[in-house]
Amino acid sequence: MNGLPLLSIAILLPVIGSVLLLFVSNRDGSKNGLVRNLTLAISLVTFGVTLLLWAGFDPSAGAPAFQFVERHAWIPAFGIDYYVGIDGLSLMLLVLTGFLTPLALLTSWESVEKHVKEFSIFMLLLEASMIGVFSALDIFLFYIFWDFVLIPMYFLIGIWGYDQRIYAAVKFILYTMAGSVLMLVAIIGLSWLHQSVTGEYSFDLLKLYELTIPEGTQYWMFLAFTLAFIIKVPLFPFHTWLPDAHVQAPTPGSVILAGVMLKMGGYGLIRLAFPLFPEAALYFAPLLATLSVIAIVYGALVAMVQPDMKKLVAYSSVSHMGFVVLGIAAFNVQGLQGASYQMLAHGVSTGGLFCIVGMLSDRRHTRLISEFGGLKTVMPRLTAVMLILTLSSIGLPGMNGFIGEFLIMLGAFKWDPRFVVVAALGVILSAVYMLWMFQRVFYGKITNSHNQGLRDLSFREWAIVGPLAAAAIGMGVAPNVFLKPMEPAIQRLVDRVQARQPLTVSAPDLSSPKPQAPSPAVVASSEVAR
Amino acid sequence: MISSSFDAIIPILCVALAGLVVLLAEAFRGRDEKMPIGGLAIIGLIGAGAASLLLWNRNATSFGVVTADNFSLFVNLILVAVGILTVIFSSQTVDRDRIPAGEYYAIMLFAIVGMMLMGQATDLLVIFLALETMSIAVYILTGIRREQQQSTEAAFKYFLLGAFASAFFLYGVAFLYGVTGSTNLDRIGSVIAAQSMSGNPMILLGVGLLIVGFAFKVAAVPFHMWSPDAYEGAPAVVTGFMSTGIKAAAVAAFVRVFLSSLEPMITEWAPVLWAIAAATMILGTVVGVAQTSLKRMLAYSSIAHGGYILAGLVAGNDVGKAAILFYLAAYALTNLGAFGVIALLGTRERANDDLRDYAGLFHSHPALAVLMTFFLLSLGGFPPTAGFIAKWYVFSAAIGSGYYGLAIIGVLSSVVSVFFYLRIVVMMFMTERDARPVPAPITAVAYAGLVLSLIGVLYLGVLPTAVIDFAQASISTIF
Repeated sequence: MNGLPLLSIAILLPVIGSVLLLFVSNRDGSKNGLVRNLTLAISLVTFGVTLLLWAGFDPSAGAPAFQFVERHAWIPAFGIDYYVGIDGLSLMLLVLTGFLTPLALLTSWESVEKHVKEFSIFMLLLEASMIGVFSALDIFLFYIFWDFVLIPMYFLIGIWGYDQRIYAAVKFILYTMAGSVLMLVAIIGLSWLHQSVTGEYSFDLLKLYELTIPEGTQYWMFLAFTLAFIIKVPLFPFHTWLPDAHVQAPTPGSVILAGVMLKMGGYGLIRLAFPLFPEAALYFAPLLATLSVIAIVYGALVAMVQPDMKKLVAYSSVSHMGFVVLGIAAFNVQGLQGASYQMLAHGVSTGGLFCIVGMLSDRRHTRLISEFGGLKTVMPRLTAVMLILTLSSIGLPGMNGFIGEFLIMLGAFKWDPRFVVVAALGVILSAVYMLWMFQRVFYGKITNSHNQGLRDLSFREWAIVGPLAAAAIGMGVAPNVFLKPMEPAIQRLVDRVQARQPLTVSAPDLSSPKPQAPSPAVVASSEVAR
Repeated sequence: MISSSFDAIIPILCVALAGLVVLLAEAFRGRDEKMPIGGLAIIGLIGAGAASLLLWNRNATSFGVVTADNFSLFVNLILVAVGILTVIFSSQTVDRDRIPAGEYYAIMLFAIVGMMLMGQATDLLVIFLALETMSIAVYILTGIRREQQQSTEAAFKYFLLGAFASAFFLYGVAFLYGVTGSTNLDRIGSVIAAQSMSGNPMILLGVGLLIVGFAFKVAAVPFHMWSPDAYEGAPAVVTGFMSTGIKAAAVAAFVRVFLSSLEPMITEWAPVLWAIAAATMILGTVVGVAQTSLKRMLAYSSIAHGGYILAGLVAGNDVGKAAILFYLAAYALTNLGAFGVIALLGTRERANDDLRDYAGLFHSHPALAVLMTFFLLSLGGFPPTAGFIAKWYVFSAAIGSGYYGLAIIGVLSSVVSVFFYLRIVVMMFMTERDARPVPAPITAVAYAGLVLSLIGVLYLGVLPTAVIDFAQASISTIF
């Protein structure tokens, strides 16, 4: 664009903001207002920067794959660079991050009363690191952002969460870290592989794409990467940290967690695991798809019986993110488009649902469905917004959830119709649990006298849920606005992966835990064989 | 030529001289006269650091047994940093605990003399001499609070076990001398290589005994038993000093002996060290989980960190050698910072090192809690701190030599370690303070020391290039 390093600005703005906040003395809470306004302003400007990125992004097929590229040597001895750039997929996730962060901050204005300054610092650091994850093109840099995300989230859950917050925070960080560190080993292995083939270290993602990796190595490296990502998504059976983290996290934490952080897993699968190890990916795709349809149905069934609204939405995330992984496992254009779109849609609708649940729990200090009923009569506006978000979550045609799920099933059908049969069950079940909750909470007569006189949406709350509801409808009506920029990126990824044939070997060779770094000669010969 | 033959020991002389001056100052001090004795120590240490920098790339040697190659100079600089930070933290605790300042600083400086000599020695007997100089000084430091039973007990235990380890080491030296006819590292290396005697049982026995001696000083499993007791009994500042200084010096000598003269035998000793490194990482982290005393917890953590460093040694490649140096620097800054916080929170009566003592620290001492959090995150290996780059570096070395298993054990054990580091964070940030008294305020000098450590930790974590290049240059001149 005009020479401004917009990506670095997007990453650095929140960091600078959090440093600024350090100098605001707010020990007695007297400057809470200043802190909140300052934080909101910074996040809004950051959102503006992501929109500028969108405006300056060239979505045509002939444009360079990665735009707004910035590259500075960081640790030259090992070929590690500060190397960022975005394609359409990253761009959309950046916009989602920029969009949700100010809204999440707004939800904190009433629910977070203590240590507002520290809270704001962690939220901004979280935003910066998430933007970093989505824009890093050096996998070492990617890992740094990926790992750093855990720290602010850990504090957000642990300090501002509910009763079981410490357990949830520790479980969250250990669970996700256990997956990540194995990815670190694989990342290091990749750089050595690159070194043994070309003579120089590199963590450059685009260079590593071109690397021909021996089959045995591909298998376990793919597994190491994928484990990190599917824990983050989270895919059944690695999902158990999620309900705990969600239920215990404060509302803004839940919004960011469901809205953006889970997408890091899907993004990692699309950007790293599949294109880096195409043969292994195609080999393991049916396994991933199987797990994802289990997640779709299992998440939905468990959501159905939850007495707690927040837990219900959390399990619905497990189900919805299962769709994302199914679309990725199919790895054709429709499947990937659907997965990417579903990630955006899920960010908006589930983020919104968590906001509404948060508002109800701010008013009543409970989230049990049985405590509510008949809310429509006292808070019609909130009910209307909730209905929009519920329908969007269910995937009603015309809403954003529909586009994603439809494309995913289309893509999966082209690949293997059996998975679609089961996944479709999840669509029906999602209508069941969401509508049933909606009915029990909002319809009927007010049975609990505490619910009399609950106030409807305030101006601030409108500012939160209004944009979300608008986005839910807008994304459903005009999906091409969001799909178009992603198209070239997805086409390139599909070409890269589908150009390879799945390996014909029957079982992965995992018996040797210490694969020797291959000599160039071996790699060359395997290339000839292919 | 006389002057040049002294060149290599100038850094050591600076520190030794400072030690003597400190002793004299103490002798001439009036009964209640205040004297900036710590300042004298710092001047000596800065002198040693400056000398080390001036000797850079000159490969000076003295008397044929002491060298000032870049490797040892890098270690010297780490030791200077360790010394300066320790003196800064001591400034508050020496007065508080009524430790005789002159003796304390002098002994500490003499310990650093031993440490520096250990990194610079190229002769097994000189290494032994340095080992003893360092150890005896540290035994005394461990028990410097004579009126405290726990402190005395720790010193005694440490002394007895340390004496055993020294004997093992010396016995190993004797075997190597018996077979090769020399204690000089270069000679030993060339004799072994020339006569291809790596299968010789006498040599194997000698090498095994050397491993025992070094593993004891590095606190590697199964020779780690002394360290939790010694670390817990010693004053916290001394613990920080021990856990970083001794480790740096012992690892330096370990690397020099095993990757120069014993390198031809790498296929013999690497599997042994592989097992020791793996056991050290696993035991250090798993047992650390069960601790409630912060000093003990960090003692086990430093055992585990010894294991990570050994992983670099097992790798035995150039990346590994540089990684060890980087790791030592990162670990020294981080661990000293953490022990500094523990030391500053103690009082004369109580060490205040129980996990419960940290409840709500964020509310009473927000700055200390934040500093401690950075140190703990660095120990746990989170970006963007020194600990992350250091871990990445050693595991990169291990993977480069094909030791995927060791790297996987390493990263998984570091996840376990995160669990107990986070317990402290949970206490500081997420728990309300109970009725225990709030510890005394911290002096500005001590804060400055902590902030210095933090700057180092972040510098190594965010802009590690300069130090990585420096470490790579350090290993290029030898081996």
